[in-house]
Amino acid sequence: MNWLSNLARPGMKNAPEDKRETPDNLWIKCPATGELIYRNDLEAAHWVTPAGFHMRIGPEPRFKALFDDQTWTLLPLPSAPVDPLKFKGDKRYVDQLKRDRAKVSRDDCMQAAHGAIGGRGAVILVQDFQFMGGSLGMAAGEAFVAAAQEAVKQNAAFICVTASGGARMQEGMLSLMQMPRTTLAVQELAEAGLPYIVILTDPTTGGVAASYAMLGDVHIAEPGALIGFTGPRVIEQTIRQKLPEGFQRAEFQLDKGMVDMVVDRRLMRDQLAILLDVLMARRARAPAAKPAQSAPAPQVLSAPTRKALAKPRAKAAE
Amino acid sequence: MRTYLEFEKSIAEIEMKIEELSALVETSEAETMSVELTKLKTKAQKQLEDLYGKLDPWMKTQVARHPERPRYREYVAALVTDYSELAGDRTFAEDPAILGGLGKFLGRPCVVIGHEKGRTTQERLKHNFGMARPEGYRKAIRIMDLADKFGLPVVSLVDTAGAYPGIGAEERGQAEAIARSTERCLTLGVPMVSVIVGEGGSGGAVALASGNTVLMLEHAIYTVITPEGAASILWRDAGRAKEAAIAMKITAQDLLALGVIDGIIEEPMGGAHRAPERAVASVGAAIAAALDALDGKDAQTIRAHRRERFYKIGRIQEAAPKPAAKKR
Repeated sequence: MNWLSNLARPGMKNAPEDKRETPDNLWIKCPATGELIYRNDLEAAHWVTPAGFHMRIGPEPRFKALFDDQTWTLLPLPSAPVDPLKFKGDKRYVDQLKRDRAKVSRDDCMQAAHGAIGGRGAVILVQDFQFMGGSLGMAAGEAFVAAAQEAVKQNAAFICVTASGGARMQEGMLSLMQMPRTTLAVQELAEAGLPYIVILTDPTTGGVAASYAMLGDVHIAEPGALIGFTGPRVIEQTIRQKLPEGFQRAEFQLDKGMVDMVVDRRLMRDQLAILLDVLMARRARAPAAKPAQSAPAPQVLSAPTRKALAKPRAKAAE
Repeated sequence: MRTYLEFEKSIAEIEMKIEELSALVETSEAETMSVELTKLKTKAQKQLEDLYGKLDPWMKTQVARHPERPRYREYVAALVTDYSELAGDRTFAEDPAILGGLGKFLGRPCVVIGHEKGRTTQERLKHNFGMARPEGYRKAIRIMDLADKFGLPVVSLVDTAGAYPGIGAEERGQAEAIARSTERCLTLGVPMVSVIVGEGGSGGAVALASGNTVLMLEHAIYTVITPEGAASILWRDAGRAKEAAIAMKITAQDLLALGVIDGIIEEPMGGAHRAPERAVASVGAAIAAALDALDGKDAQTIRAHRRERFYKIGRIQEAAPKPAAKKR
């Protein structure tokens, strides 16, 4: 579960949440081409650059990109024990937690919300790579179980957007135990006959890939996302040779039969809507979600974004 | 000749002396020698007891990886009669890193699966040191399917450093294979008892260890990542594996306290490798008892039992874990 080995993807440091802290940063560089993009345009394009590079995003922009009318209700998530092992390392685990909690104003990497997608009720759980590499610890596992059970309660589809290096080493075996625990939650969805769709984003590896990320009814990957069990660095160390270009990327996994489709983030909501419409055909449509937390009026795609969308799917650069 | 671990050096010296003396005693009649011999034997035993009474997690890691520790094949030979080994995942290949088959576990019809590390160099290569590829997990799934279909309990023996990190394994869906194997353990309508007999390494172990009852041998380890791997990721220094082993709480004793496992099987003094037959018999007895406890329960109850077992791990309402506080 060598999750940190996947961290080193050049140019992926400028995640949107960082930028939000500095609103004066009006121009953002495309990690693929170096092109400067007007921040508002990038946000309107759900953080996909004109070149088609999918930047890593946190829960809020994700909910915006996926829920009908950009409207959703956050779900409360259960709390979990903090630093259960009293982990001893160079950096104190509790300090790392504190730092990342401050960064994202959340307890851990998961955030869940309820809303509608194409008129169908859905719970979306988003894993935030910004929070300790999206690592799967007790809080994240417990969030997954709670969100899936909430979907069952609400008779809603369950969508998990994965982004994680894998298990959280600082929680030891209690972290590894989230693999069977989340798997049980996936079973509860299956027993209820509810769709479980996984959106695999960059990166999804280790214990997350080897549990709930690979157990969906439908697997959708974002272009260029790194998806695999062992991170590339560890494989390279093991076999002592360089891995081929594109190894373990979304397109590779599509070719190998591990994902059903690779979908541009800007088209993701529409793809989910038609899937859910068919998968939930035997169920009554859910009433529109109450706008408890609503975003501004639906945004209009800027010209460059439209142009990018019209182009054949751009391949994320390495 | 026995393989001694680094921390066993003092014992190795004494035992070497004992061997020399024993040879002499046989050829001479010197009474003093035999007295000396008895003294040495007592000393060796005392040292062994002292040492093994307080193994640190890194020492345990070495014991868990001991080249003479009992392997899957030895457990099966001693505990399973009428064993028919099954091969292949029916999709791509046979992966001998995981073995499995049908047989009678101490007389009880059942399915057995487990990692095989192999012992000789040739065997180790053949079994890929117990590091399975997707085919190994898919074979395990297939065998678990049989267990469910024919109402046979599943016994799993876990001993792996982890799933194999290779190109081919990735290309053929290592992550998916592990996820599905874990899922299959959890959907079984028949009892499953898992024992970590050596190394329980990460997802590659969980895939075969998500049973109703999970036990560990006294000096086995169960880890989220190997201590070397954790040290190299956390501190960029695999040499700090000992620290990582301590910090991650990987011993049977710690994991029992944390509620991750259900019980510990005592090993012969000095580790399972010193008296393999006794170690194997203890494991057999513990599995039989665990299976007895799950007897007569219907599929739904068995599944609910497993679900409850895993859901309650780490839940906040549980009594606060107090792992190995006395060790500090």
